[in-house]
This record gives sequence, C-alpha cells and structure tokens, in this order.
Amino acid sequence: MLAYIGRRVLQMIPVFIGVTIILFILRSPGVLGGDPVRMITGEKAISETLYNQIVKENGLDKPFYVQYWRYLSDLVHGDLGNSYQKGRAVTTILLDKFPNTIKLAVAAIIVEIFFGIGAGLISAIKRYSFWDVLVTLSTSVLVSMPVFWLALLLQFFLGVKFKQWGLPYLPITGMTSREFPAIVHLILPAVTLAAISTAYAARIMRSQLLEVMGQDYIRTAAAKGLSPSRVIMGHAMKNAMIPVVTYFGLDLGAMLGGTIITEKIYSWPGVGREIFLAIEQRDWPIVMGATIIIVFMVMVINLLVDISYAFLDPRIRYGRQVA
Amino acid sequence: MAKLFNRGKLDGLQVGAVSDLALPTAGGSVPPEHEMAAKGRTLRGDALRRLRKNKLAMAGLIWIIFVILVAITADLWAPYWLGDPVKIDSSTAAQQRLLSPSLDHPFGTDKLGRDVASRVVYGARVSLIVGVLAVIIMVAIGLIMGALAAYYGGIWDSIIMRLADIFFAFPYILFAIVLIALLGKGFHNVFIAIGILGWPSIARVFRSSILSVKENEYVDAARAMGASTRRILMRHIMPNAMAPIIVYATMSVGGAILTEAALSYLGMGVQPPSPSWGLMLSEAPTVIFTSPWLMIFPGIAILTTVLGFVLLGDGLRDALDVKLKE
Repeated sequence: MLAYIGRRVLQMIPVFIGVTIILFILRSPGVLGGDPVRMITGEKAISETLYNQIVKENGLDKPFYVQYWRYLSDLVHGDLGNSYQKGRAVTTILLDKFPNTIKLAVAAIIVEIFFGIGAGLISAIKRYSFWDVLVTLSTSVLVSMPVFWLALLLQFFLGVKFKQWGLPYLPITGMTSREFPAIVHLILPAVTLAAISTAYAARIMRSQLLEVMGQDYIRTAAAKGLSPSRVIMGHAMKNAMIPVVTYFGLDLGAMLGGTIITEKIYSWPGVGREIFLAIEQRDWPIVMGATIIIVFMVMVINLLVDISYAFLDPRIRYGRQVA
Repeated sequence: MAKLFNRGKLDGLQVGAVSDLALPTAGGSVPPEHEMAAKGRTLRGDALRRLRKNKLAMAGLIWIIFVILVAITADLWAPYWLGDPVKIDSSTAAQQRLLSPSLDHPFGTDKLGRDVASRVVYGARVSLIVGVLAVIIMVAIGLIMGALAAYYGGIWDSIIMRLADIFFAFPYILFAIVLIALLGKGFHNVFIAIGILGWPSIARVFRSSILSVKENEYVDAARAMGASTRRILMRHIMPNAMAPIIVYATMSVGGAILTEAALSYLGMGVQPPSPSWGLMLSEAPTVIFTSPWLMIFPGIAILTTVLGFVLLGDGLRDALDVKLKE
C-alpha cells in the first residue's frame, strides 16, 4: 500500500511542474506577444524611468529560465505575488474567499449524495418502471442543460414568481440578508451546483448496481433466504458504491476550486467569483495564483480518492504493480 | 484462406467460427451469438440497424438534422418572416422593444427591438459552427497524439500521456476562461480554446483503443497470413479503434456547444451583436425576469440541441458496442 502511495505521489510531481510551466508561459505576456509592463500598468501613460523601474523590479530583463526559477521559488514559499488592483497579497485575498466556496461545495455534495444515490437506487431496483424511465430521462436532460440557464430558471420561478404569487420564496442572490437566515441563502446555489453532478451520480449508481446485482454472490445471498432489502443494502450496495464514492470525491475536488458560473450568477463571494472579477479587471496575479492553488488542491484530492479506491479495492493496487 | 476475410461470402457456421473478424471489438466485448448468425452482415450494417431501432437516438438525430437545416436555410426566410437578427431599426426600436410573443414575433423581441426568434435561428449557426470546428480540432490533435503514443510507445507514450495529465489537472471551465482571457475574446478563439482543451480525452480513448484492438487474435491472424503493417493498421486496427472516437466526438459536439454558451454568457465568448444563445441569456436579470421570453427560448434551443447530440451519442455507443467510462 505504501509503495502504491509513494508511486502515485511521485507521478504527481512531473504533472505539477508541467502545470507551473504552462501557467508561467501563459502569464508571461511576452510569449503571447504582449508587453509585460503594460499588463501591470494597464493603459495609463507612464514615464520611461517608471517603465524601466517596473522592468527591473519584476526581473523582466532577465532570461526566461531565471524568471521561471524566481516564479517557482516564490511559489514554493507560498508567495503568489500581489494583486494589481488591490495591492494586497494574492494569498490573503484568496484565503478570505475560500471558506465561502467550501461552504457551498459541501452543501452541494450533500444534495448530490442524497438525490444521486436515491435516484440511482430507485431506478436500478425498479428497472424499466415508470420511475426508472423518469430518472433516465431527467438525467439526460440535466446533463444537456447549461448550468447558468438552470440557475436563471430557478431564480425566476422560485425567487421572482413565487414572491409574486404569494408563495414561500427563496433569496436569489448573495450570502446574507436581513430577510433570510444564511442557510436559506445556500439553497439555490447549492442545488444549481449539484444538479448536473447529481444526474451523473444517479447514472453511475444505477449502472453499477445493475452490474453488481447480476453477480453470483448476490444470487447466493438471495438463495439463502435474505430479504431483498438486506441483499441490496447488505451486499450489493457495498460494492456498487465504490465508483460512486470516487465520483463524489473527484467532484468535491472540482467544486472546491470555485465554480465560476454558479458563484457569479448568485453573487456568492467565493473563489470562483473572485477569479471572474479578476479576469474582468485583468488582475493576472489573482487569476494565476488562484489557478495554481486550485490545480494543486484538485491533484491532492484526486490522489486521496485514488488511495482510498486502492484501499477499498485491492485489485487496483496489485493490478498496477504488475503493469 | 483469404476468402475467410471476405465477410460477404461466409455461411452462418463459419461466421461463428471466425466471429472476431467481423465484430466491433473496441471494448473487447462480443455481442450475443444470434446477432451474428445471419449471413452477409457487416460491422457498419449491424451498427446502423441497431441505431435505427433506438427511438431516442433517432429522435436526437432528427432534431440535429432539423437544427442544421434551419441554420443553413436561415437567410432564405428568417429575415423576411421574422426580422433581422442583428440590425437595430432605430425608427421603430422604441415601440418594438421587449414585446411579448405574438404572431408577428413568435418568441417576442429583445430590449433593442430585435426579433428573438430570428436571433435564435441565427444562433444555431454560431453554436453548430463552434461545436463542429472545436470537435474537429480536438479530434485532429487527439488522434495524432493518441496514435503517436500507442504506435511509438516508450518515451513518446510517457511524454504525451503526462501532457494529457497536465491538461486534466486544470478545472475545465477555468482553463477555458484563462485561455480566452489571454487569447482575446471572440468567435475564433472560442472554438480554438475548446478544441485545444479537448484533445487529451480523445488521445486517451484512441490510444487505449488502439492498444486493446492490437491484442486481438484477428490481428495476429492477419499478421500470420502475411498482411503488411499498413494493411493491418488500415483494415483491422483503425476501423475498430475508431468506434469509440465516433461516439466520443458526437457527445463532444454537445459539450462544445455548452461550453460556447457558458463562455458567451460570461462575456468571454462570441461578442455582441452576434446572435449567440449564451450571449442572449446574458441580459441583465432585471430585464430577463420581467421579459422571461428572453430567457426561455434561447435556453430551450441550447438544451434541445445538446440533448440531441447526447442522445445520438448514447445510441451510437450502444450500436457500436463501445464501453466508455461515464
């Protein structure tokens, strides 16, 4: 097991270095044909002395590998540079926003676990029934739905229209208000964020459960007289759940990276919205800093998922050792 | 012996005996015996027959064809029946703005007095062009990279697959936005960015499908009978290795349309006044919530078009008997 973990961690290193190289190339505007100094100062007219000073301060006159080395060593020391607009360190800005993103991601995962597993389970047990067809159709529709359109529809009906019709309605923007407790503000963003992943989770759950239900040990369990619910809960679910849990892990990783669209639509002050605002203001240090943190986080979470997968299913760690 | 490879001349018994020759084996699985008992069947014929039986897939295909026809013929009728999708008629704009759906304007008008139906019709062009071009780019890069990795193996394989890992490490929409922010906004950069970001999946699928097809007995058999490497590649490996690519590419068109819509919605994609479905949904909430037709129709257009590609892709997957991880 330790050897497996060690190998996976070692595999991560070249990938992470590759990511830093790509980001370094992207953030060096000289490569894409822009003026690096202009990216810092914007369109303002500046004197030549100031221009040269900026070049010197940022090491822009040095060769590429020196600049890359400087970038990498800053990165290792946790220094992501300062925001052009706000003048504050990128790390502090992002640390402010992360708790909000985590709150939203955890809420969305709870929705996903509940509805994804539930819908997949019903659909597999009552195969070809009305419920199965309903789940299959609605998951197809959900995976084809633009997430921002879903958000607009939810805001329009559950927020705007329900209020007009005198029904209980939900807040459609922000994280807090005098009118609603904070948890109610979480409902629409979390449902929006969860919707598409829930559809995928339900599909995986259904196909996994159907596959497991066809295996011999399930027939044995049924043959020795266990009730259908004990066969499913006690035997089938254990194995069918492994890929579903993996999926939730990967999805949590993706959502912790901030979800630009959902956070933007609901004005949720998380990392995703911060990145979007930074792009609009061309505040590159925030964009690049956030990206590198997110990539690192996603990689670590994927590693944890892989390790737990190998732990749950020994075939994986032995299979890969042979290969 | 060479006659054995001529599937058309085999009788039922022999087909059973050399079944591996004629079957789509990309996923390594074999369809049930009765399906291959009949004579004169081909891989393509079987797949088409299975696809035609799949009602959802056919519904998706018919819808896609309809959308394509609408997009191609738009110039012939949309401007006359509905109105210009882009031009603003300043003399009437004031009275024409934000009209609810009527016989004159079946989908209503937007805040500049333009016909929403006409814009939705022309939006189909933007979506289809972006979707198809992005997928062509990703498939072209993906096939080359996948084939290089599978064919040369060794160091090339490691380099290409690590490069794919690097691309996978970035969250998709974030990478797309960062790329667009640096390339510049606009139509061309949207499909270029989606294409560049999409290749690793194609490369992975193609690589593993070449590797798995290569292991089949019928490839050994062909080699044993003295077929050239080129013949083995073109006649035996490529047709079977392509099946997952066809499925994946079909689904990717839907994905690319969704990404274009999202980027345009965020203001990072197709720029006004071009009619893009995503862009049409980016009107301020104050306008959209008082004139909901602005939101309903472009949204339905995106949803149904993407759904068409998803259903067709699902159907192709079943028809070609491809196993893709979800």
